[in-house]
Amino acid sequence: MGKPIIEINGISKCYRLGQFGFSSFREESEKFFQRLRGKKVEKSTARDFWALRDISFSVEPGEVVGIIGRNGAGKSTLLKILSRITEPSHGEILLRGRVASLLEVGTGFHPELSGRENIFLNGAILGMTKSEIARKFDEIVAFAEIDKFIDTPVKRYSSGMYVKLAFAVAAHLEPEILIVDEVLAVGDAAFQRKSIGRMKEVSRQGRTVLFVSHNLGLVRNLCSRGILIRDGEVACDGPVATALSEYASNSGQTGKRTPRAGEEFLLQEVRVLDDEGGASGVVICGKPFTIEVRCVRPHEASGFYLRILDSDGSTVAVLNSAFAGDGDTPGSDWISVHRCCVELLNLVPGNYNIDAELWLPMGCVDRWQNATTLTIGDGLVAGRLAKSDRAFGMTILPHRWIAPASSDENSSS
Amino acid sequence: MSEKSREFRIRPQSDWLWIDWRGVLSYRDLIVLLVRRDFVSKYKQTVLGPAWAVVTPIVTAFVFAQVFAKVLKVSTDGVPPSLFYLCGLLGWNYFNQTLTATSNTLRGNYAIFSKVYFPRLVTPLATAISNLAAAGVQLATFFIVFTVAVTSLPEMEARPTWWVLTLPLMFLHLSLLALGGGLLLSAITAKYRDFQHVAPFILNLLMYVTPVIYPMSQIPEKWRWLASINPVAPVVEAFRAVLLGTPSFNLSYYGLSLGLTMVIFVLGVGFYQKLARDFVDYA
Repeated sequence: MGKPIIEINGISKCYRLGQFGFSSFREESEKFFQRLRGKKVEKSTARDFWALRDISFSVEPGEVVGIIGRNGAGKSTLLKILSRITEPSHGEILLRGRVASLLEVGTGFHPELSGRENIFLNGAILGMTKSEIARKFDEIVAFAEIDKFIDTPVKRYSSGMYVKLAFAVAAHLEPEILIVDEVLAVGDAAFQRKSIGRMKEVSRQGRTVLFVSHNLGLVRNLCSRGILIRDGEVACDGPVATALSEYASNSGQTGKRTPRAGEEFLLQEVRVLDDEGGASGVVICGKPFTIEVRCVRPHEASGFYLRILDSDGSTVAVLNSAFAGDGDTPGSDWISVHRCCVELLNLVPGNYNIDAELWLPMGCVDRWQNATTLTIGDGLVAGRLAKSDRAFGMTILPHRWIAPASSDENSSS
Repeated sequence: MSEKSREFRIRPQSDWLWIDWRGVLSYRDLIVLLVRRDFVSKYKQTVLGPAWAVVTPIVTAFVFAQVFAKVLKVSTDGVPPSLFYLCGLLGWNYFNQTLTATSNTLRGNYAIFSKVYFPRLVTPLATAISNLAAAGVQLATFFIVFTVAVTSLPEMEARPTWWVLTLPLMFLHLSLLALGGGLLLSAITAKYRDFQHVAPFILNLLMYVTPVIYPMSQIPEKWRWLASINPVAPVVEAFRAVLLGTPSFNLSYYGLSLGLTMVIFVLGVGFYQKLARDFVDYA
C-alpha cells in the first residue's frame, strides 16, 4: 500500500454573509487603519458562516468514494476546494495525481462553434491536451451519437444532443483523480444507462473517484466507501452502506408529526431494511425489502397503516395490517417491533417517502408524516432493467412476451 | 503524453506574487483554442468577417483627418493626416481593446471559473494574443495605405526606419501594459462593482491625453514630461517614429514608460491572482 492519493487535513471554509459593497469597503479600510495602529483585529464576526469545519480524511488510490449529505451540508464547497475553484480558509490538501473535476457538463461550450471545435475547446478547459483529445476524438463522437452533426454549430443542436456531447467529452477524461458532482442525470434513459456504465468502467480502471450525488441508489451502486457530511463536518466515514444508513436515520427524524395533546408518540421508529438487513434506506428495485415499525402498542386490535408516497406526494402504495393476509403473524407486546415484508419491490426507482399511522378501533391515534424515506436504486425486475425515469410509469409489472408460434410461417409461404 | 504524477498542495492564500508559469504552459493548447474561439465567434455570421478589422480603423482615420486636420488644423508633423492617424490608432486600438476585454475577465468568465479550474491567467493571455490578430490586419492595412500614399504623393517624406523591426517588442510592451491595467481593473471590479463604469470612462479620457490625434511635438516642451507620465504616450509616439520616421522619439520617456509598465503589470497580475483564488465565493 502506497501513500494516500488525497490527504485532507483540517479543511475549513468560512463564508461571509451579507453584501459586498460600500459598507465592506469602509469596513475594510477601518480594519486596515486599525491594523496600522497595531490593534488586533478580531477575525470572526457574527456574519461569518462556516460551511466546512475541520474536515479531514484521506483516500487511497483506486477508491470510489461517495459523498452524501443534505443540501447545504457543505458537499459542494468541499468539491470546489478540491477542484481548486476556491480556497480553503484553513487547512491543507495534498493531491498526488492529476485531478479533473466535473461539476457541470459543457463548461465553456460556445454556441457558435461546431461540435468538433467544442470538443477540443471543452476538453482543453477540462485539462486535456490537444493530442489527447485528438486521440480520443472518434470515441467521443461515437459515445455522443452525433457523428452526422459534428460540423454543425452547437447552437443548432437539440438540448439532448448538447448534453450528450458535453458528457461524452467529460467521460473521456483520464485523470488519476476524478471528482464528479451529479452530472450523470443527463440525456434519455438509454444514454443515462450508458453514462453510468462508463462511470463504472472508469472506477474499475483503478482511478480514484469522488462522487457527490443525491441519487442514493447510484451512490450505493458505484461506491465502496461513503462519507456523510452534516453541517460542514464529517458525520460518518465508512463502508457505503453504513454511511447511507446513518444518513437515512438522520433524515427520518425530520418528518412532521401531529401529536395528540398530552400524549406521547406511540410510533417510535420506522426504518427501511434492504434484502441484506441493512438499514440504509436504500433498496434495489426487484429485490425484497422490509419496513420495520417500532411502537408502543396500546391495544391488540390496533393496526398499522403505511403509505408510500412518490416525490410528487401522491400515494403509490399502501401497506395495511388491518386487512389480514396469509403470512401475517400478530403479536401482543407493549413495546414491539413489527416488520412488514415486501417480496418484490416493483416501484420505479426513485425517492419515496413513507407515512406511518397507528390505528385503534376508535380511530387514528398517531400519524407520522415522512416517518422515513425509501430510496429505490436501479435494478432488475423479471430480468428487465428498471431505471429511475418517469417515462417508465410508476410501477413495473413483471411480464413476458410470447412470439407467435410457427403458424405465421405457414401464412407467409 | 502521460504526465508524471506530481504532488499538489492546496492551502489558503499562497504567495500572491507567485505565478504558476508551468501551469500556464501546460495549458498552452487551451490558449490556442481560446484565441481561435475569440476569432471565430467574433466574425462568424458577419458578411464582412475579418474585413471589419480593416474597415473600422480606416473610417476612423478618415473622420479624424477631416475633423482634426482639416477643420481644427491640428498639426500632423508633416505627415499626410490619414497615415498619421492610422499609425496612431494602430497602437492605441490594440491597447484599448486589450484593456477593455481583460478588465472584464473575472466577471465575464464567472460561469466557467466557478465550475472548472485552470490557471486563471490563461484567459487574459488568450485575449491579448487574439487582439494581436486584429492589430496585424491593421498593420497590413497601414502598409497598403502607405504604399498608395508613396506612389500618389511623390513629395511625401515619411518613410519607415530600420527600427521598424522592433515593432513586435513594442506590441509586447503594449500588451503587458494593457494586461496589467486590465487585470487590475478586473480585480477591483470583481470586488466593487462601481468600477465597471470607471474603466470605459478612463479609457475615453486617456485617449485625449495620449498623442493619438495630435503629435507630442504640439505639447509645449516644459509640459512634455507630464504628458509622458502616461505610459501609453511614448509607445504611441514610438510607433510613429519607426513607421513614419517622425523625430519625436525620446528614449528617457520611453524608459519611464517601460518602468511604469512593469510596475502596473506586476501589480495587476498580483491583485488579479489574489482575487481569482476565491472570487467565486462572493461574485
